[in-house]
Amino acid sequence: MKDMNPQDIVGEYREYTLTYYDGTSRKVLVTDIETPYPDGKLIVSTTNLQGVITHANQAFIDMSGYTREELIGQPHYILRHPDMPKAAFRDMWETIQAGKTWRGYVKNLRKDGGYYLVYATVMPNFRDGKIVGYTSVRRKPSRRKMEEALQAYARMREEETA
Amino acid sequence: MTFQLTVSPDFPPNHIAGWYIFNTWLQKALDLPIHLELYPSFEAQREAIQQGKVDMIYANPYDAAMLIREKGFLALTRPQGKMDEAVIVTSADAPYAAVDDLKPGTRVAMTNDPAVNLLGMMMLEPAELDDASLETHEVESYPVAVKLIVQGKADIAFILKEALEKLTPATRKQLKVLVESQIGDLYHTFVVGKRLADRREAIRDLLVNMHTDPKGKDVLENLGFQGWEPVSTEEAEFMMNLIEALK
Repeated sequence: MKDMNPQDIVGEYREYTLTYYDGTSRKVLVTDIETPYPDGKLIVSTTNLQGVITHANQAFIDMSGYTREELIGQPHYILRHPDMPKAAFRDMWETIQAGKTWRGYVKNLRKDGGYYLVYATVMPNFRDGKIVGYTSVRRKPSRRKMEEALQAYARMREEETA
Repeated sequence: MTFQLTVSPDFPPNHIAGWYIFNTWLQKALDLPIHLELYPSFEAQREAIQQGKVDMIYANPYDAAMLIREKGFLALTRPQGKMDEAVIVTSADAPYAAVDDLKPGTRVAMTNDPAVNLLGMMMLEPAELDDASLETHEVESYPVAVKLIVQGKADIAFILKEALEKLTPATRKQLKVLVESQIGDLYHTFVVGKRLADRREAIRDLLVNMHTDPKGKDVLENLGFQGWEPVSTEEAEFMMNLIEALK
């Protein structure tokens, strides 16, 4: 996946290099600008078994800042924010690969370097008893619960980087 | 053998005649005996489904998911451009400006429409309100839910967006929309049961082409539809997954 482009970034940014579960590395550019999650909106996407995006609704496009063409065919970790601990996504993958639904609070990275906060539900899609892909639905989180989750993630990140 | 057609009880009351006209048209076009049964509530309709009485249904997204997953129904079509969205309304002079202003103990008027209630509850989550922290009042229709708001007997109500748009301007003036869902992926679906599985393609083709026939076009107008568009198995599965994720 391509590194983030400084020309896309709005405001002052910091640079990080993220390494994903498949060994791919990417330079991400991050600002502290939050895009508030609008009331009533649902971000919906589907991925294949490898986590590659196969469907993105309009809310996904609006909130992530990417076009549909930029999202489809990319790994879902295009949205990974460096403040998120790896353990959270490991837990998610283990849960959904076991055929169960995962729910959690997530900080997502936008194309412009900003972020948005969601309460996510990720579930396996079955056909003839086999998992054929995953559906992810993101909605507006409770502010209090989101803050608690972010604090926990910060502690987890410290442990991961220690 | 007479087949039974029914309609999700959340359809606008002024479309009752339209569904009877649709049934007459469908019987003629398919050359099949079809009886239209309009159930007074979601419970009554679900009981009929459990008893295997229903062969064709214009179902809300929640029930369509249940029918496909549990009863082997097949999704055929959906009305063009009509998406299911829910709104949370309050009195025009209520002190709340947003969902975050609502507190535990809020009195909610709701019908037993499962899809709308699911979306309504989802939209209250950011305020950390749920079944346990709300005082819910189940009523038989959206106009009754609105009446409770106007009378001050409920603080908020969950309403199907389409039903809100059907209220008179005078009634709408007494209401304020706190939040409106923007999903764009949920819709009512025309589904058929196992007894009609072998006619699936014929019924789908008939409905999809209905707007090209002058008589069919009239029938559609009586239902407030522009036409039907096909729903693929993948699209139906996607909607089922979405409903499941929201539960």
